[in-house]
Amino acid sequence: MIEVSGLSKHYGERVAVDDLTFTIRPGVVTGFLGPNGAGKSTTMRLILGLDRPTHGTATVNGRHYRDLTAPLHEVGALLEARAVHTGRSGYNHLLALAQTHGIPRSRVQEVIELVGLESVARKRVGGFSLGMGQRLGVAAALLGDPATVVLDEPANGLDPEGIRWIRNLLRGLAAEGRTVFLSSHLMSEMEQTAEHLIVIGRGRLIADTDVATFVAQASAGAPVRVRSPQPTPLAEALAALGGRCEPSDQGALQVYGLTAEQIGEAAAAHQLVLHELTPVQVSLEDAFMSITKDSVEYQHADASPEQTAATGLGSEAAAPAAGAPR
Amino acid sequence: MSITAAPAGPMVRNPRADERVTLVRVIRSEWTKLWTLRSTRWSLLLAFVAQAGLGPLVAAIQMSRWSSLSLQDRLTINPIDHSLGGWHLAQLAIAILGVMTITGEYQTGMIRASLMAAPKRLPVLWAKLLVFCSVTLVLMLAAAFIGFLAGQAIFAQHHVNVALSAPHALRTVIGAALYTTATGAVCVALGTAVRRTAGGISLFVGVFYVLPFMVAILPSSLANSIHPYLPNYAGGGLAQALIDPNSFSAWGGFALFGGYTVALIALAAVLLRRRDA
Repeated sequence: MIEVSGLSKHYGERVAVDDLTFTIRPGVVTGFLGPNGAGKSTTMRLILGLDRPTHGTATVNGRHYRDLTAPLHEVGALLEARAVHTGRSGYNHLLALAQTHGIPRSRVQEVIELVGLESVARKRVGGFSLGMGQRLGVAAALLGDPATVVLDEPANGLDPEGIRWIRNLLRGLAAEGRTVFLSSHLMSEMEQTAEHLIVIGRGRLIADTDVATFVAQASAGAPVRVRSPQPTPLAEALAALGGRCEPSDQGALQVYGLTAEQIGEAAAAHQLVLHELTPVQVSLEDAFMSITKDSVEYQHADASPEQTAATGLGSEAAAPAAGAPR
Repeated sequence: MSITAAPAGPMVRNPRADERVTLVRVIRSEWTKLWTLRSTRWSLLLAFVAQAGLGPLVAAIQMSRWSSLSLQDRLTINPIDHSLGGWHLAQLAIAILGVMTITGEYQTGMIRASLMAAPKRLPVLWAKLLVFCSVTLVLMLAAAFIGFLAGQAIFAQHHVNVALSAPHALRTVIGAALYTTATGAVCVALGTAVRRTAGGISLFVGVFYVLPFMVAILPSSLANSIHPYLPNYAGGGLAQALIDPNSFSAWGGFALFGGYTVALIALAAVLLRRRDA
């Protein structure tokens, strides 16, 4: 279990992480989302004892990372930046790490096979491709067979085959009951793997919720798509209920302000035929985009405060945005 | 690894009592790190060849030109220092290697892996110093003895050789190895403090080669009072049979150099503990 409490990190004037509090539950894949520069990597470095927090604490299994007596057995970590000497072979890199904990050579061989690096393990890491480098990083993270795994942007720069490999690996780790804390700026990966989400923007917590709730929250203002051979009387009937209709493709209507149930019942009451009645699903990606719009560190100048206020998100999401003019 | 199996609840894994980071284990890890880099092996080989081979080479040149040497030249042959002079080059190779044992980790990012495996951090520095200095000391002692003995064997052609029991001989042989090793320790500390290879090597060259020149162009009264305190004069005396009379005794100067070394290591330790990696 990872617990972060009131965690802040300042680099001079710049606030990279701002009063973060959250808990990573054991045995679950938790996604750590945020735009580039939101403070995800810094938060992970603080958890892993590489950086010192300016305020607050981060603990792993109840203790600061620095106080763990056998850290590789408790947390495995893959950092975004490479953490391997390019002049050493993959095998020797893993061996040197294993030796700090008295982990036997047989385990080094085991993790090499687990990540599929047998053929290049004796070659110098300097010649590794990005994908091979990530695999080596994962091997290092799994050396101590830890119950908790922290991965920073594991899919970054990988080809489709590598991304599929990472995805399967994460599922495997989760199926074994491991706690997985996984950062990404790409939603699609999260949608596939994560159960719970922690969303940050500009160093602050934006959401701490499960994936379904997060999407539902962002879908609150989403329209319902309706197709009918009698669009005009339908639009009138819906307008009477307070709905707002906009024409869409194939003669369909986008109805705002009413639920699918309300629209169906209204159509029945007026004996109007419906060919389609579909609540528009907001993808995790859309939800993330709208929620973090104001938190992107270097956003385009044309994103005005009015636009962000109009996204109609839950108060949890809107609060930090409103208080932070650019 | 089963992917299809339903999770049987959160995995719990409490490290066993014997699964822990110890200084001995970190030392083993640093031993592996030292020997698994090609650059390390080449630098150590260069230092060994320089210490063991340059002195005898100089001796061979002097002996082969014996007939054309003036009486003055023949009288100033210093069989101890001339057979051990290779330490100047050995020291440079060891210094650069010392800096790079730690800056190489910073520049490749390896330091993050090292510190995540040993998050108390200081054991990494102690282990690095211990491994690097032991390897250097053993190699340099062997090289210095070989250089001295081979040099004397060559000097024997014209009977200008001395025995290991001659005044200053044994002290100088051991001193050359000790001074080179201590310089290596200084450079590990320098590298830890500056974290960049270029910066660390520049600092070493600045203090050991440039600073003495700068002091030398000061008025001589001032220069003479500063000279003995310069690290290369303080430490280098132990590696020379013939000592500048305007400096500390061989062991006294080396004690001062040891003080500098300890102070630098302490600074490096504080910085390593305190800074973000």
